[in-house]
Amino acid sequence: MTVDLTADLGHGVLLPNPVLTASGCAANGKELHRLDDIAKIGAFVTKSVKRDPQSGRGTPRMAETPSGMLNSIGLQGPGIHAFVEHDLPWLRSVGARAIVSIAGESSAEFAEVARALVAAPDFDATVAAIEVNISCPNVANRGLVYACDPASSAEVLRLVVPEVPRSTPLFAKLTPDVTDITVIAEAALSAGAQGLTMINTLLGIRIDTERMRPHLFGLTGGLSGPAIRPVAVRAIWQVYAAMRAGRIPTAPIIGVGGVRTGEDALELTLAGASAVQVGTAIFNDPLSPWRVARELGDLLHARGIPRYDDLVGVAHDH
Amino acid sequence: MTTTAGDRVHSVRAEVIAAAAAGDYRHLVFLAPEIAAAARPGQFVALAVGGDTSGLLLRRSFSIHRVDPGTGTVEIVVADAGPGTRWITRLVAGEAVEVLGPLGVPFPVPDEPTPCVLLGGGYGSAPMFWLAKVLQDKGCHVDLVLGAATQDRLFGADLADRVPLTVTTDDGSAGITGRVTDPLSDLLRTSGATLAYACGPMPMLRAVTQVCRPLGVSAYVAVEESMACGIGVCMTCVLPVVGADGVTRMSRSCVEGPTFDGARVRWEAIADGRVAVPGDCLGSPASLAALNHAAAQGSSR
Repeated sequence: MTVDLTADLGHGVLLPNPVLTASGCAANGKELHRLDDIAKIGAFVTKSVKRDPQSGRGTPRMAETPSGMLNSIGLQGPGIHAFVEHDLPWLRSVGARAIVSIAGESSAEFAEVARALVAAPDFDATVAAIEVNISCPNVANRGLVYACDPASSAEVLRLVVPEVPRSTPLFAKLTPDVTDITVIAEAALSAGAQGLTMINTLLGIRIDTERMRPHLFGLTGGLSGPAIRPVAVRAIWQVYAAMRAGRIPTAPIIGVGGVRTGEDALELTLAGASAVQVGTAIFNDPLSPWRVARELGDLLHARGIPRYDDLVGVAHDH
Repeated sequence: MTTTAGDRVHSVRAEVIAAAAAGDYRHLVFLAPEIAAAARPGQFVALAVGGDTSGLLLRRSFSIHRVDPGTGTVEIVVADAGPGTRWITRLVAGEAVEVLGPLGVPFPVPDEPTPCVLLGGGYGSAPMFWLAKVLQDKGCHVDLVLGAATQDRLFGADLADRVPLTVTTDDGSAGITGRVTDPLSDLLRTSGATLAYACGPMPMLRAVTQVCRPLGVSAYVAVEESMACGIGVCMTCVLPVVGADGVTRMSRSCVEGPTFDGARVRWEAIADGRVAVPGDCLGSPASLAALNHAAAQGSSR
């Protein structure tokens, strides 16, 4: 029996397998390509890019935590113009399918970044979808994270949607640090997002007990890794359930949070994810995006399940 | 003076061949022929700790002590600095460990015979013996200085059989009492060295650079920044480094280093276990604020 691992992200976007990299955990491709062919990954999700080059924060930028880590990088990156000039052509040259993650300090900046990306000569050939990282601070709203506020989330999407062809679906990336994630999901989808990526990191702090000061230069960091996988499963479950109940518009969910093995990927899928990203596990095992896809295929084969896509949200039926 | 940014990185499950105490450290030999064949002095390896289901996810990076392409062995020196490195120090022969390598940019080696001074602080001396041999094979005169807080924290004083050696300790338990940089000026003058290589803690690397610069000596330093991945994707091991274009960028120690021209590192931003972003760094918060301010001024006119 051959297993069909095709993942359906909607709007005609089909991926050969459902395992993607998570934004910010794989840079922009060249580094992982030194280990294996990134064109074989379901899709390569790039590091969130803003309009201008970003130095990121001072260090320490990370702290290890039980089965996870805190990071406080500060979206270090080249800016959209250098990204379009250097990174996108390179991704195209190796035949990668890219999902480009965009960010901004204002909703207008998100739109400006999307416009520059769509105008790139390599856009049509390389960019399968766009991930809108609304889990970053809104400078105009006292630094409150966009995805913590339904109105701010909707405003970003409303400005980005007209910049992007409908055939390139927009996935809004949500934070779990909210009272009711289905409210944010509804706001993003109603404003034109064609899918959701869940979850971004959870906010945390570590104290250096030796120096008796916060460990991270930027004070707070995003918690990621297997420690947060149950939170990801919960968030995906709640939003998928709300879609099934007709309370919010139905759209594909890309699951992310603590995936380390094929079985972990299956768990997020059964909760409602149509594809799954591997993030922090890459730091432990840089071959994990390829390995997780292989393990998932083996798992389905062993269970006699012919099609991955048949498993999306199945746990809600049992 | 080549870099390895585009070279293949190998991910191997390596068998530990030997493990032994070396002063306060653990000297580990493992079998990784692909890495041994490609590695050069100054490069490093990144080890996963605790096995496949470990709750400690981040890689631990170690400067390569030496390799033997003939036997396929790679050697490192490990200090027990916490639960992750402790797990590595407890590995015994016959066990396996996940290793990534060779990683990073090696020390640049001159094409012509050039007198050099090599300095190692603590277990930062690990790559210096191999580097000394590579330099001597090129016809370079090499002086070696090893320093540490105490005798137990010196590594490899017994390995320097073919290299003129100076030892310093902070407490005087071995060699000269003082810092590894104390004998440097005299050594540079007497040997006529125009190149220095150093590996060790940040304050030492800064001090080496400060001694070398006024004398017109190039100082290449290998930094020991904490890294989560070792391969350039996590962006945690950054330092402010001035590029060939004169622009300072937050540069990843793992792929743009760990060896840097000391004169290009913005040492003033590094202090007390922290690295700040210099205001004139590309894309620094300060420069972006100025940019936004200028844009706002422009639009108001």
